[in-house]
Amino acid sequence: MPLLRTPLYQFHVDAGGQMVDFAGWEMPILYKGRGVHDEHVQVRASGGLFDVSHMGRVEVRGRHARRFLERLCTRKIHDMQAGQCRYSLVCNESGGVRDDIIVYRMEEDVFLLVVNAANREKLLGHFDAVKADMSLTITDRTLDTAMVALQGPKVIDLVGRFSKEIPSLKRYRFAVKNLLIAKLTVSRTGYTGEDGVEVILPAGFVTAAMKLLMKDFDPQNPNSTVKPAGLGARDTLRLEAGMPLYGHELGEETSALSCGVDFAISMDKDQGEQGEAFVGMAALKKTAAEGGPGRRLVGMKIEGKRTARQGMRVLSGEKPVGVVTSACLSPTLGYPIAMGLVDAGLTAPGTGLRIDTGRDSVLEASVVPLPFYKAAK
Amino acid sequence: MPTPSDRKYTESHEWIKMDGAVATLGVTQFAVDQLTDITYVQMKAAGTKVAKGAVVGEVESVKATSDIYSPVAGEIAEVNAALADNPGLINTDPYGAGWLIRIKGADLSSASGLMDAAAYEKAQGH
Repeated sequence: MPLLRTPLYQFHVDAGGQMVDFAGWEMPILYKGRGVHDEHVQVRASGGLFDVSHMGRVEVRGRHARRFLERLCTRKIHDMQAGQCRYSLVCNESGGVRDDIIVYRMEEDVFLLVVNAANREKLLGHFDAVKADMSLTITDRTLDTAMVALQGPKVIDLVGRFSKEIPSLKRYRFAVKNLLIAKLTVSRTGYTGEDGVEVILPAGFVTAAMKLLMKDFDPQNPNSTVKPAGLGARDTLRLEAGMPLYGHELGEETSALSCGVDFAISMDKDQGEQGEAFVGMAALKKTAAEGGPGRRLVGMKIEGKRTARQGMRVLSGEKPVGVVTSACLSPTLGYPIAMGLVDAGLTAPGTGLRIDTGRDSVLEASVVPLPFYKAAK
Repeated sequence: MPTPSDRKYTESHEWIKMDGAVATLGVTQFAVDQLTDITYVQMKAAGTKVAKGAVVGEVESVKATSDIYSPVAGEIAEVNAALADNPGLINTDPYGAGWLIRIKGADLSSASGLMDAAAYEKAQGH
């Protein structure tokens, strides 16, 4: 199957993007002459532009839209206001994670879900199964829209030049703005640990919008507030921010209660007048009643300069106690960091762990609180 | 960056340059482009005897960890100490300041499968 291209494909190529296959999309892993480290530092110091058009955007509309989402999502939906977004998990019947998503409440009965690219097809099938005979329509809007994330401490000031309203938005709120003929959904959200916005816009409007903003995004200009950043930097940024990623920390076989996102799992969702149990809730209640999951997500600081890799075994002494889910040499902190799923009794900060590289060497590590990095307010 | 014609190249993207009986070993621009930002280098210590085709160390980048092979037998005479604090030298100057090790007692004529610059470039599809 040919790779899909986002409406920003030509922009990436012109900016020197090294294009790779990511979940069936041709995406920039980094930009030549800059690289993951520089792009990462640019986002922490000023601003970065990420094309996240490959992520799925699915509209749910109709009389039963809210009830459908209550069943689908681990998070409460009924207390969301229009203009609010919320992070949630979507679980399977065993309490494993099908995906993590952002729910936008556009109107009382209209929602937009942003899902991981690799899970879009799988979720569309799951949505149909959960929908059953409920009265609502599900429309995949991925290909007729684009999505960009602008992230970094100087982004909000830049956006403020175009709109007074956006800088006044609270985190996880959004506004729908008209720009020329296009409708833009601008949310104060992101996946880097920095302040910033994510913008959903019509696919056909991307070229015009980029021309309008190009002088602010010019990668050749050393003074550009915002420069393009690739998927490589997106990964190291989210890792420093302690944010889980599907396929690493999250997966169908990993209990939702293991992943350090308990805030996004409302175990009392079935209570009250608007209450509705979510798919996987019974399994998670059973896990909780039995003392919680066997493994839990931890952050680890690694001694030395060597980078761990996903899949490496975590040891306590010589005993295998878990697995590395993500790791990098932290560009901000200057030392290697990792997240991993380890035995639930070994999660206290300061606990000494070891990582078997599988290359005749063992890295010394210790448990540290997540996130590794928090932006200054 | 052009591929220097004063040295030989391996299929596994190392370069080797002879200066008398001392060979200098490094990785190519192609390898650097694939690895991207290099974060750590661990070469075997000076004094280590190496066999032809043996692993002499590893290079880590934000993407992967790769073994480095010596195309010649000999003894490691020197490790590039500058890489310990600044592994990025391999990114910025792979054919110069980013060299990895020097091997003494090396005999290039005993090596097999080495390519000259033109053949190496052709093998990368240039």
